[in-house]
Amino acid sequence: MNVIPLSTPDLLLAAVLVLALATVTAHLQLRLGKPIIIAAVRTAIQLLLVGLVLRALFSHAQWYWVALMSIIMLLVASREVAVRQERGPGRRWAFGASATTMFISSFALTGFALSVVIGVDPWYAPRYAIPLLGMLLGNTMTGVTLAMSDMTQCAWQQRLVIEQRLLLGANRNEAIEDIRRQSARTGMIPTINAMAAAGIVSLPGMMTGQLLAGSSPYDAVRYQILIMFLIAASTGFAVLMVQWLVARQLFDERERLRLDRLTLRG
Amino acid sequence: MAVLRLEKLRIRNLGPVDLVVGHKECVCLSGASGTGKTSLLRAVADLDPHDGRVYLDETDSRQVEPATWRREVAMLPERSQWWRDTVGEHFVTHADAGLSQLDLDARIMHRPVSSLSAGERHRLALLRMLGNEPKVLLLDEPTGSLDEASASRVVALVARYRESAGAAVLWVTHNLAQVARMSDRHLSISGGRLVSASRS
Repeated sequence: MNVIPLSTPDLLLAAVLVLALATVTAHLQLRLGKPIIIAAVRTAIQLLLVGLVLRALFSHAQWYWVALMSIIMLLVASREVAVRQERGPGRRWAFGASATTMFISSFALTGFALSVVIGVDPWYAPRYAIPLLGMLLGNTMTGVTLAMSDMTQCAWQQRLVIEQRLLLGANRNEAIEDIRRQSARTGMIPTINAMAAAGIVSLPGMMTGQLLAGSSPYDAVRYQILIMFLIAASTGFAVLMVQWLVARQLFDERERLRLDRLTLRG
Repeated sequence: MAVLRLEKLRIRNLGPVDLVVGHKECVCLSGASGTGKTSLLRAVADLDPHDGRVYLDETDSRQVEPATWRREVAMLPERSQWWRDTVGEHFVTHADAGLSQLDLDARIMHRPVSSLSAGERHRLALLRMLGNEPKVLLLDEPTGSLDEASASRVVALVARYRESAGAAVLWVTHNLAQVARMSDRHLSISGGRLVSASRS
């Protein structure tokens, strides 16, 4: 069974809907018209380009092309994390920290899934590797972004409490236990929600895609379960790692709260 | 037998400060706002980076775990902070004796922190700190927000603790009558240096 191809006029029909939305919001003076149009154009261009890239990649399935693509994805994801930080030890630090944590969690888990769980041959086959890595990176990126910004923001807002607890003889881990708990929740809640609601509230994107492409629901569901578990593990471990890195930045070797190391962006 | 010794302590535009506060001694520190009294206390508690050394009984602060140091060299900030719902959750040890000395009912431990007056919070913060059995007390305007009666109870509790635990006390205050009553020595900060102030 083959998927019904979509022609350009088909897509233009869908684009009219977005155009209608932009027109309505412009009339209501919501100031969303321009952002909607720009985002829609970006979606179209970026996806068409990536389609070309993937087509080339699939026909030249060498490990180094897959590695290059993966590294580019990682760098772009890390940049997204870094630019979303309002307060933190600097953009460069945020970039490095998120690249490190996402590399360790998402890459390791993608490799594990490809080689051990699915058993693709060769394990780096781009038809499996790139979409899988993309899904893990995309979700992990959100978790890391939220956890990092939440932790630095909370540390700033609650600096007096943290110092009070230090003064009463708490070590640095005890002094920020509430903040750590809060930011772990913030980072992982989207993933936990997605797992809890999967199938009942929403049919996840990958499963929908497989169903449309003609896979049996049995196979599609099993893949989706695998993906959900991988996303949860990747996001969760990345959140824990980035929290550890942020906590190290918040204190110096004498366990003093060093908010002077956090820069503020206007 | 606690002795606190500061050696060439330097924080931002303050210092070098050399000071010894002996066993059971109370040194009062006054001076205009912004001269660095709080900065000095924070440095001694090792809450801010600083140059120079601080010794407790001739042990360098850098040889002591930071958390242990801050339990022994305890600072009471001008404004206390509370992070749990009820008062009792902030206490590890029983503080019944201290409560009565500060004219506080034991049931206050079950009250939500949000229902406390500023004065109650402040007295409770002192008790909470004394629960760690510190050897040195660094007090930043400990009676600033209190009425006359509460202030004298705080003064009396500190005096009793100092006597029973042999603690050294460094007391920041603007209240000169208190200085006269409490202190063995009165210092003030002027031009970034500690100078001896005349007793009033």
